[in-house]
Amino acid sequence: MRHTEICIVGGGPAGLTAALRAAALGAAVLLIDRNDYLGGQLIKQTHRFFGSKQQRASERGINIARELAYAVQEEEKITVLTEATALGYYKDGVVLVEQNEKIIKIKPKKLIVATGGAEKTLLFPNNDLPGVYGAGAVQTLVNVYGVKPGKRVLMVGAGNIGVIVSYQLLQAGVEVAGIVEAAPRIGAYWVHASKVVRAGVPIYTSHTIKRAWGESEVEGATIVQLDENWQPIEGTEKDFDVDVICLSVGLSPLTELLWQAGCKMEFVPELGGRVPVRNENLETSVPGIYVAGDVSGIEEASAAMMEGALAGLNAARALGYNAPDLLQRKAEILKELEGLRSGPVGEKIRTGLAKVTC
Amino acid sequence: MRVNEHPILNFTKGKKVKFYYNGQQLEGYEGETIAAALHANGVRVMRESIRLHRPRGLFCNIGNCSSCLMIVNGKPNVRVCVEKLQEGMVVETQRGKGELK
Ligand SMILES: Cc1cc2nc3c(=O)[nH]c(=O)nc-3n(C[C@H](O)[C@H](O)[C@H](O)COP(=O)(O)OP(=O)(O)OC[C@H]3O[C@@H](n4cnc5c(N)ncnc54)[C@H](O)[C@@H]3O)c2cc1C
Ligand code: FES
Repeated sequence: MRHTEICIVGGGPAGLTAALRAAALGAAVLLIDRNDYLGGQLIKQTHRFFGSKQQRASERGINIARELAYAVQEEEKITVLTEATALGYYKDGVVLVEQNEKIIKIKPKKLIVATGGAEKTLLFPNNDLPGVYGAGAVQTLVNVYGVKPGKRVLMVGAGNIGVIVSYQLLQAGVEVAGIVEAAPRIGAYWVHASKVVRAGVPIYTSHTIKRAWGESEVEGATIVQLDENWQPIEGTEKDFDVDVICLSVGLSPLTELLWQAGCKMEFVPELGGRVPVRNENLETSVPGIYVAGDVSGIEEASAAMMEGALAGLNAARALGYNAPDLLQRKAEILKELEGLRSGPVGEKIRTGLAKVTC
Repeated sequence: MRVNEHPILNFTKGKKVKFYYNGQQLEGYEGETIAAALHANGVRVMRESIRLHRPRGLFCNIGNCSSCLMIVNGKPNVRVCVEKLQEGMVVETQRGKGELK
């Protein structure tokens, strides 16, 4: 049995920031991630960031990840276990971890769950054929390994992720036949959308994918226009000669550990699915278990980092660590988060959070 | 297919290694995942679904969904999207659930 003050599951922007803030107050931290690298989703994000101005917008995600990972490795209060997967949480507060086919039992005083999210799929005939990928999956293949998923892509979803990944596919020399969006409007920020439009990629709003074609792999796709009630309009089908279909239709939180721990969960569509009820310290209904980042509601990297900072400070504080300016630090982060979630762009998140924050 | 030129990224590749896919010898690089190496060689089908025997490939590429299970060095149910390629590896399409030996 390994004992530690704070165990953090997940080494994405939320987990890394939580580790740094908790260790800065003096707490001993054990950070685990199932990948062989730290940084979570950020590792494949080569574009300049959207998000708030203070929070490093216009920097590339991959550079933020490298910086955070470096700081974590330099900090002696933090022990990092990579290629280590948290498999379960037990009633007596033990986190069961597998690393190199060996089981490690970890008993932390406080647990921060920062496991992020997983991409959603969409229902249509042949959606299980090889060649249908999550957009993040393709981003990993292209940006991390330098390997193309195929020759010609149909992107489903014109939110930020769909549009950004389309652009990155073009940069890697893969053709993008079009982007399909069920809503009547493009969801992505215009900075990103205009780049693909300028490159000549058509965006079909009020359209959805009807089916994929192919025997053992994707060989084509049919799209169809939707009316104002989101119903397909017969006779508007268009066929595409593509070997890749990329789904960018949102993420849902990876909450298995929280369910096992018995945390109270609520279904909140604005946050991507079932998410934990939490107080303003980001502590769940199970005392001593905190959440930060996409696992507590799908948002973006800047919010994940700020939530991580809060969870880290709060968990360390609950262990008795303190600093003269602790309350001020917390207030600053809360203010930044509020700024990030302000205005029309943040409305969905604000509505969602109001349902689960007590 | 590999990305040969990229405006902002440089791909540092590991040592070139040989591996076997259903008996056929292929090449890849150490440090990349088996799934990436297979894709680079144009192989996208990884297993067969258990009941309807439909082809399955990569979906999440981060070890989450189990769409990419293959038999690696005789061991079934290996998620090739997170398993790193090594010299001489024997990789096979998985049919069925796999057996404990
Ligand atoms: C394609 C794409 C483009 C994006 N572009 C932007 C952008 O431009 N700007 C922006 O702000 N945001 C962007 N985002 C969103 C941003 O990446 C996420 O909101 C952010 O990474 C969430 O951080 P996180 O730390 O909560 O989770 P993640 O980054 O997902 O990290 C979670 C970590 O937990 C690990 N983990 C999960 N389960 C376990 C387990 N059981 N055991 C051990 N480890 C585990 C995972 O391996 C992972 O490393 C984008 C997302 C995607 C998919
Ligand atoms: S593709 Fe999802 S686990 Fe490998």
